Amino acid sequence: MSAREDVLGAVRAALGRGPRGGRADAVGAGDVPRGYRVATDTASGSVAACDLLEHRLLDYRARVTRCRPEEVAATVVRELAGAASVAVPHGLPEAWADAVRATGATVRDDVPGRPLAAAELDRTDAVVTGCRVAVADTGTIVLDAGPGQGRRVLTLVPDRHVCVVRSDQVVGSVPEAVRLLEAHPERPLTWISGPSATSDIELVRVEGVHGPRDLRVVLVGP
Amino acid sequence: MPAVPPKPAAEPLDPLRWGPTFPEAARGTLDDAQLRTNLRRATRTIRDKRLAVTAELPDWEALRDAGAAIKADAMDRLPELLEQLEANVTAHGGTVHWARDAAEANRIVTGLVRAAGAREVVKVKSMATQEIGLNEHLEAEGITAHETDLAELIVQLAGDRPSHILVPAIHRNRDEIRDVFRSQMPGVPDRLTNEPAALAMAAREHLRALFLRADVAISGANLAIAETGTVAVVESEGNGRMCLTLPRTLVTVMGIEKVLPTFRDLEVFLQLLPRSSTGERMNPYTTTWTGVTPGDGPQEFHLVLLDNGRTRALADDVGRQALHCIRCSACLNVCPVYERTGGHAYGSVYPGPIGAILTPQLLGLDDADAATASLPFASTLCGACYDACPVKIDIPTALVHLRDRALHDGGPRRPTAAGAAMGAAAVVLSSGRRFRWALRGAALAGRLLGGRRVRRLPWPGSLWTASRDLPALPARSFRGAWAARVARVSRATRDTPAAPDGRDPRSGERSPGTDGRGRP
Amino acid sequence: MRIALFTTCLVDGLFPHAAAATVRLLERLGHEVVVPPGQACCGQMHVNSGYPGQAEPVVRNHVRAFWPVVEGEWDAVVAPSGSCVGSTRHQQARVARQAGDERLAVAAERVAARTYELSELLVDVLGVTDVGAWFPHTVTYHPTCHSLRLLRVGERPTRLLEQVGGLRLVDLPDADQCCGFGGTFALKNSDTSAAMVADKADAVLASGADVVTAGDWSCLMNIDGALSRRGAGTRAVHLAEILAATRDDPWRPPGTRRATARSAS
Repeated sequence: MSAREDVLGAVRAALGRGPRGGRADAVGAGDVPRGYRVATDTASGSVAACDLLEHRLLDYRARVTRCRPEEVAATVVRELAGAASVAVPHGLPEAWADAVRATGATVRDDVPGRPLAAAELDRTDAVVTGCRVAVADTGTIVLDAGPGQGRRVLTLVPDRHVCVVRSDQVVGSVPEAVRLLEAHPERPLTWISGPSATSDIELVRVEGVHGPRDLRVVLVGP
Repeated sequence: MPAVPPKPAAEPLDPLRWGPTFPEAARGTLDDAQLRTNLRRATRTIRDKRLAVTAELPDWEALRDAGAAIKADAMDRLPELLEQLEANVTAHGGTVHWARDAAEANRIVTGLVRAAGAREVVKVKSMATQEIGLNEHLEAEGITAHETDLAELIVQLAGDRPSHILVPAIHRNRDEIRDVFRSQMPGVPDRLTNEPAALAMAAREHLRALFLRADVAISGANLAIAETGTVAVVESEGNGRMCLTLPRTLVTVMGIEKVLPTFRDLEVFLQLLPRSSTGERMNPYTTTWTGVTPGDGPQEFHLVLLDNGRTRALADDVGRQALHCIRCSACLNVCPVYERTGGHAYGSVYPGPIGAILTPQLLGLDDADAATASLPFASTLCGACYDACPVKIDIPTALVHLRDRALHDGGPRRPTAAGAAMGAAAVVLSSGRRFRWALRGAALAGRLLGGRRVRRLPWPGSLWTASRDLPALPARSFRGAWAARVARVSRATRDTPAAPDGRDPRSGERSPGTDGRGRP
Repeated sequence: MRIALFTTCLVDGLFPHAAAATVRLLERLGHEVVVPPGQACCGQMHVNSGYPGQAEPVVRNHVRAFWPVVEGEWDAVVAPSGSCVGSTRHQQARVARQAGDERLAVAAERVAARTYELSELLVDVLGVTDVGAWFPHTVTYHPTCHSLRLLRVGERPTRLLEQVGGLRLVDLPDADQCCGFGGTFALKNSDTSAAMVADKADAVLASGADVVTAGDWSCLMNIDGALSRRGAGTRAVHLAEILAATRDDPWRPPGTRRATARSAS
């Protein structure tokens, strides 16, 4: 017998079923009480949601800058100050990339068919992306590799990540975010809550081990 | 350069269970003052953080209820969910392998690394691969496995065994870690200080080169979603992202109990796990992937589904709940026994309260060695673990149940003194009359001692008196005194005949003024 | 009310003054106390030691001894022990079911539903927090694990203590930490148990109290034994003994009365 048959057979036997025993109600969710909150007091997209997100991000020692929609490009440029080279994902608004280019920094475009190599990213100072959704309650930003968010490696190897979050992307709670993301579960997700951190030595939190040590969030509007 | 002796000193043969019985192993760790100081500080820090962030959520209990129910439901439907997971991973370009035990899982992984043409791999911290001794196996096969989690790296460089599920190097302080790095990490600056930030940066430099050149990564999984084929790793440092993103080939080893039914279940576990584990509202990084994403991350993905005793645990309908564990380690951080003895006393990759119920079940108790059988007894049943558990595993009840199994599984055992004593006690304690006679014996001893406290007893009483005095034995038991009072009152009121010392239960049981109605 | 006293085997044999104090207290509050003579033990020791099979006759005896409370002969059962009450609520029915006796299991549940730990009885059933006690000492309260987590007695004991005349209640550092008793744990894992009770004794001494109290003599026996070994002046007194003490009949150390018979009257 194959290992597959053996393991599944052992599982069935442990559950007191026959070798091929199945359950008629096997497909679909079981009887799970979901009395927890989906929506919280913080309405998605509200000023309160943005304030809470900022508070949480600051708590993780990320940097947060608030701006109006028309100020995004300029704010992104300011947050990139000092970076000689910047990676840009496919699908990032042209205006932002142009503004960065205008500062004289080297812009490295990651485009389908001509992906940036990891070694090249290792020599790149910063990356600019958008996001799919942000969770106010936990200070989390989720990237799902959609347009303007880039392949996972982009936001991983460079040491500074400038992430633009629009207020209409800010939801109150984790369940609200999951319900947006479940439309495309097959997309690779990266949930980011502050810069890389470790507490492995005497439970002392140290920011920045492997991922970007410097997370800067540009929070746009309302 | 100071040499740093490994902890524990001996190399285990089986990472799931090694070393002497719990009480014997605990004797060694209890004497290690440095260890106890490290543990005390660390567990208290994390305990307070956890309490603060769980108190923040008004629906924390509802989340725990949902988590417990999702896990129980997943166990009920495990065959179907595993098949569904397999189908969805395969549909998205991944390959699923099944492993009956540690040896089979190790063989599969070794074959995959060889097929990728690699001689070294980078690893994400994973309990499943520790449980099967994968690193040691790979090394014997000529493949170098680099642990990339900071704590796992410390443990690996020191030649230690992990002593905590979440913070495997919790038994080491900053000075010890500095010494380990200085003596074992190539290219480490000579003037490396003991500052955690400096130590973390040294690890970053050391590991970055490995990440950039590795062709194969090996990870565990915090959970996998049957309905979508999505696998998730929850982490803090970003070493997980490095491993899950950079290499061409990714091999994930996952216990079969980690499967969850629906994508929506993420919303429960991504709230329960970080808050219970590191005491944060959310961990810095969570990665989910579904099979292979063209052009993004590993282009070859293998999922190894591991049994290794899990179906044995599943067959025990009380003990089964140990499989609900999400490896947050909250139970370790609140356990007063763990806080004193540390993780190594449990002689397993699974220490603490959860280990005390998981390890014996994974191994079975039919012909358990004394060391494994001692684990369910390594608890005062104080219940702090049950309160802390985000999926409400009733660890105290499981412990008590497994004590019974440890003593009685596999048929009659050789009679023991403890068993005989329990038998005798059951005879005495199942009858008010027999108990009364036993108490008279105790009262006699009390009168002989004349109110003095006993400070030293022969074995096994010495186990108590080594650190504590006995109470002064009373000259009379309560029921002796009560019977005398009833008799006195009877004589005074003359409405019932004087009863000798409690001989007649009908007259002996009431306080004065009762109507004397008998028990039905 | 007519209340049956579940003495518990440990208190009956080793700490009769706690049972006597429970009687004194309840009678002072105007209740009638009954002591069912058939009682012996709840079975917890057997269950927790891994011998639930042998606990079955012990549980059967307990249920038989206290069955009249179900038939209405008594209004409630009270025990000066959170741990033993916890066993009646959380273990006895399980023991019976494991032995295949569903009738006993249901009977055990019905008896347990009317069985209370002392502070539960006073606050929830009798509705009193001021029992008219007087105890002029500095006291710290150790919330034993089973009272705290199995029964969730919560603030009940401290609410009772706060009303005691002359009593100064001080906080116990790390109060929720187990004292390390754990029944046979104290013997099977005696080194770990000793380390735990040493920390508890430190905490009691750091509280500055001259009396440590709790709702369970098992844990108090452990803590008191460690304090006594150090020669510390701080001693353990059961909650019932504090609540039973009055200006007219103040608390005295057990054994200083001529006989325990007097303390029962």
